Amino acid sequence: MSGIATAARAGLARGGIELRQTLTTGTDLWTYLFPAVLLTGTVFFMRHATVPGTDISLGARTLPSTFGMGLAFSGLMTVATMLVTDREDGTLLRAKAIPNGMSGYLVSKIVLVGGMTLVGFVLQLVPGLVIVEGLHVDVGGWLTLLWLVPLGFVATMPIGAVFGSVIDNPRNMGLIMMPIIGLVAVSGIFYPIGAMPGWLQAVAQVFPIYWLGLGMRSVFLPDALTVAELGHSWRHLETFGVLALWAVLGLALAPVILRRMARRESGSAVAARREKALQRTA
Amino acid sequence: MPAGDPVLDVRDLRMRYGTTDVLDGVTFTARRGEVLTLLGPNGAGKTTTIEILEGFRMRSAGDVRVLGVDPAAGDERWRARLGVVLQSWRDHGKWKVRELLRHLGTYYAAYSAPGITRPWPVDDLVQVVGLTGQADKRVGQLSGGQRRRLDVAIGIVGRPELLFLDEPTVGFDPAARREFHDLVHRLTDVDDTTILLTTHDLDEAEKLADRILILAGGRIIADGSAEQLSRRVAGESEIRWTQGGTRHVHSSADATRFVRELLRQHGDGVTELEVRRSSLEDTYMTLVRDSEAGRATTAAAVFEEAL
Repeated sequence: MSGIATAARAGLARGGIELRQTLTTGTDLWTYLFPAVLLTGTVFFMRHATVPGTDISLGARTLPSTFGMGLAFSGLMTVATMLVTDREDGTLLRAKAIPNGMSGYLVSKIVLVGGMTLVGFVLQLVPGLVIVEGLHVDVGGWLTLLWLVPLGFVATMPIGAVFGSVIDNPRNMGLIMMPIIGLVAVSGIFYPIGAMPGWLQAVAQVFPIYWLGLGMRSVFLPDALTVAELGHSWRHLETFGVLALWAVLGLALAPVILRRMARRESGSAVAARREKALQRTA
Repeated sequence: MPAGDPVLDVRDLRMRYGTTDVLDGVTFTARRGEVLTLLGPNGAGKTTTIEILEGFRMRSAGDVRVLGVDPAAGDERWRARLGVVLQSWRDHGKWKVRELLRHLGTYYAAYSAPGITRPWPVDDLVQVVGLTGQADKRVGQLSGGQRRRLDVAIGIVGRPELLFLDEPTVGFDPAARREFHDLVHRLTDVDDTTILLTTHDLDEAEKLADRILILAGGRIIADGSAEQLSRRVAGESEIRWTQGGTRHVHSSADATRFVRELLRQHGDGVTELEVRRSSLEDTYMTLVRDSEAGRATTAAAVFEEAL
């Protein structure tokens, strides 16, 4: 068996092992449950409010949007955070020191983040479907999910990897976190985008978060709710187009940036980061 | 790579950062199965050298062959023949020891060579490094010493032909250090592995190495076994003796001649005669002190003269 095939298999195995570890470690379980609990609680209290002009509950309208947001967060933030911390603690250097280790590492992160997102998604979806009235998925909806979720991953994960490669210090993750939270605010996740000023609508529509939220709403909400959307349509074609553009951009950029980042990893680089981190805690 | 070729062949290796030459023409070779120690004060360029050989850092100039391959162009097959012992910190904390070693071993399975079956079977490996009792523990629960043994296990899981250890015992207490030295000895007994390790501790170099290379001022200024180096160190010797109830001390470059003269003059009046040659350690400590005081180049020159 060739080295690459070994690495792909090892990467899959590694992703599987690490995913299992998140399901058997207390703190990881909490990070799965916390957003689900928070979201379910919020949506529960919003169940009597309705989207203006319709009889659909505000909770029903918000929940799918947050699924899209969750997907974007996993792709952008989780991947970036993992890369930064794995670089600081030397995990990445270990990968570099073994044959095909870097390829294996990347495959494992895709599996891990994919799995974590799926687990998180299911934990939010199931109580959501029980508590919130007005969510329904038809065959077309499932088919949409089939392309939307993978495309959402490919559109966000490489970009997240680029963030994670550029940032050297875990304490600087806020530099990414703040703009992303800003984007969430204007992307029609919690607050309809139609109420935003035109230029903010334009900004939101450049980035994947808005489109992932829109795509998710198209899956779970009745078509009548397109009245609350820009252009009064689910705009699947545009959703696909913008996400695909981000995917192409990310896939073109990420290998170059990742390779550059990996090339710089060495024992002394890790030692220097450890020194810095220990000084902070001391 | 033909059997007789050196495992490491470094000629005129140079590394320059800006206008500073960290390595200024480092040259040495290592044969199969040799344990080589790169000894030198902090900042001498030991880590830079080892990282270049590991393929983790690009050199400025010079000809370097590691297992017959230029590390700057080493592929995965070449990588599979190397072992690197890294200082772990808190990585892989959720992994169990056996699980991690088994997983990392799978990367090497495609690279077995005639006479070398890769990877090392996990249970044997765990036993060699003395972690059998901890095999099912999470890595995050290991003690400092146990983690270092795991680091070694990770370094050798692919049955490397060449193993790199960069300052392996920094921060160890004496017991842990001794335990680690035993482990390195066991490795060289088990396999015909070539080992290159760096240290700033002469005592450690003497304990572990077949051959010591002293790196200072960006160059290898001494190359030989601990014994050879000791013999080459000249310098003053100290002579102590008792005569008429008084203790005398005298320093001399030629102790033999001084003692001959002393005995000729005073004969049986001289008792409790002691001659202490200035040791490699004394000379090395002078080098370290001077280097740390910022006089690296002069210190290296003085040391070279003493040999």
